Amino acid sequence: MKRMTAVRLRLTALSAVLALITATTGDALAQKKYDSGASDTEIRIGNIMPYSGPASGYAVIGKTQAAYFNKINAEGGINGRKIKFISYDDGYNPSKTVEQARKLVESDEVLLIFNSLGTVTNLAIRKYMNGKGVPQVFVASGASKWDQPKEFPWTMGWQPSYQSEARIYAKYILKEKPNAKVGVLYQNDDFGKDYLRGLRDGFGERAAMIVAEESYETSEPSMEGHIAKLKAAGADVFINIAMPKFAAQAMKNVAELNWKPLQIVSNVSASVGGAMKPAGFENVQGVLSAAYAKDGADPQWDNDPGMKRLFAFLDKYYPEADRRDDAVVYGYGAAQTMVKVLQMCGDDLTRANIMKQAASLKEFAPDTLLPGITINTSPTDFAPIKQLQMMRFKKDKWELFGGIMSGALGH
Amino acid sequence: MSAAEEVVTEAPAVEAVPKRAMTLGYGTSLVVLAALILTPLFVKNFIIFQMTMLLIYGLAVLALNILTGGSGQFSLGQSAFYAIGAYTTAILMEHFNVNYALTLPVAGVICFAAGFLFGQPALRLSGVYLALATFALATAMPQLLKLGFFEHWTGGVQGLVVTKPDAPFGLPLSQDMWLYYFTLAITIGIYIASVNLLRSRSGRAFMAIRDNEIAASAMGVDVSLYKTLAFGVSAGITGVAGGLGAIAVQFVAPDGYTITLAISLFLGMVVGGVGWLPGSIVGSAFIIFVPNIAEGISKGLSGAVFGVLLFLVIFLVPHGARQVALIAQQLAAKLKKN
Repeated sequence: MKRMTAVRLRLTALSAVLALITATTGDALAQKKYDSGASDTEIRIGNIMPYSGPASGYAVIGKTQAAYFNKINAEGGINGRKIKFISYDDGYNPSKTVEQARKLVESDEVLLIFNSLGTVTNLAIRKYMNGKGVPQVFVASGASKWDQPKEFPWTMGWQPSYQSEARIYAKYILKEKPNAKVGVLYQNDDFGKDYLRGLRDGFGERAAMIVAEESYETSEPSMEGHIAKLKAAGADVFINIAMPKFAAQAMKNVAELNWKPLQIVSNVSASVGGAMKPAGFENVQGVLSAAYAKDGADPQWDNDPGMKRLFAFLDKYYPEADRRDDAVVYGYGAAQTMVKVLQMCGDDLTRANIMKQAASLKEFAPDTLLPGITINTSPTDFAPIKQLQMMRFKKDKWELFGGIMSGALGH
Repeated sequence: MSAAEEVVTEAPAVEAVPKRAMTLGYGTSLVVLAALILTPLFVKNFIIFQMTMLLIYGLAVLALNILTGGSGQFSLGQSAFYAIGAYTTAILMEHFNVNYALTLPVAGVICFAAGFLFGQPALRLSGVYLALATFALATAMPQLLKLGFFEHWTGGVQGLVVTKPDAPFGLPLSQDMWLYYFTLAITIGIYIASVNLLRSRSGRAFMAIRDNEIAASAMGVDVSLYKTLAFGVSAGITGVAGGLGAIAVQFVAPDGYTITLAISLFLGMVVGGVGWLPGSIVGSAFIIFVPNIAEGISKGLSGAVFGVLLFLVIFLVPHGARQVALIAQQLAAKLKKN
């Protein structure tokens, strides 16, 4: 608590000084307001990505965004200001993330840090960013921690959290199979536990529906033992919260054990190439999942105006990109959200106004979100995307069904 | 050139170091010290932070230097001791509200014990086999830290956030600057202690073992005791460095202490010059700044650029900073003569 008060005090002092400056400089400057990192000609945006190391596959997100900001600059920038996108490598090492964040804020003097990747890496800099009062917006992580506007007013997430996705599954089960016995397989880390918490919240007082929970370590060679236990516990719904490789193994094991539960696989492992195909298409017919973004590999979006814009952008500014890569779709959507916020800021490019505008997004729909899903935020709601749509695997691809569902509690 | 060439022609990576050649001359030491004390007054906080990290990694490299350059044992497991030190400090500070300065000796002692214990079985191994055993320790550590059993203390995958200390007694220093001078004081203390250790009876015993184990035991050196002792001292210093690292970075998480860190430290030692303690800081600068330079040259090929730079260093000055220092010394002597 002491720390929070200190931060608040500093903020109050800061705004008092700002107010004083505005008061003394008079009307001439009242129109345009800048913090370091913004000027009449430029907006500096910082970003940290694992360009090297174990998570370097995600680096495509940063590359897509650099290309997208190039496009915005080529088209005249934002209110006449060019974006300077400074993206550094942290190799997914939290100590390095801290160094790079400090370099961005103190040496490159960026206005904000946007869409840096990873849960642990962002946790490592959250306190620093909030202490400094520099926006850490649209964090690229599915953890639910980025939606704490009171404790961390300078940090905001972007994608639906694992918890809200899990709540959607709970809602679906309560509606379609109210007497289900649920068995859960989850990865024994943040990611898995966030889902599990979301499921329990979603079931609410009926949490006893979960009859068995099995956790696995990423070092385990086989899922078979866990699946056999879940089957033995009499579960007739199987929720598969695993990274693609393990999710695929688990789905295969389910088929091999001749177990026929209703299967739900988390969005993380809904990739056709990464999990469904390795598990064998014959084994995964009818499996359920949920999505919030369009899939670049799915032909049903070939004539979608939003995806057409994405593909045209890729052809011109990032031709070497693989359009089926989820990371491309992701990076593009997040970058569009950033541009939207900067446009809303107008000539008031202060850090406080960035957060204010980021928390005032209403019904904003980037090109890549599923039709009907929009971004909404408020001063008490720092979770931009909360909706998903259920989908069912049929033949060799996902088919969306049902309406758009919200992962918010209590609906 | 002749002295440097002599050094180069000695094939083994670890060779005898004359006692005097282990340190810098008084004049040079004072210049370096003055630079370390004065520079922070003129640079931004971020640079001060980087300089703090330079000292911290310098300590860790120094620790490895005592082990390898002093007693001739290899270790690829220093990241494990660094992690234990970091977590000891973080847990004591955040769960038990212990003053940060007091956590460092605790981290040192715990790591000394860990290193000493690990040194026992490691005694049976030597050379590459010992390197492999310590490698195993380094790969195991991040996973151990993630174990559910310790999670209440370690915070699991998410790690722990550490509060950065303010300058005491109301000194008008920023947090970064205070931490820098605090780290500098500890570094100087450990550096002086290490030099004295290597010059002492124990240090001579280390070096005797390094040069010839059988001869050393024939001379009455308790080989197993001194080998484990070297491991303990090295681990202890690494632990203090880890603790300081946790305070400077304000965060500990298993992913920060992977095998990559151990290899970086090893690299720093080689680049700085094996067995030459002042080289530790040069090696530390290499592992901190060269990757950034490589990233600046090409983002997509940063690893390859780093590799080329490293190759150039090893190829041109195989004995690292020590060789450069020697050459510089000879040039200076020549200039004086003329």
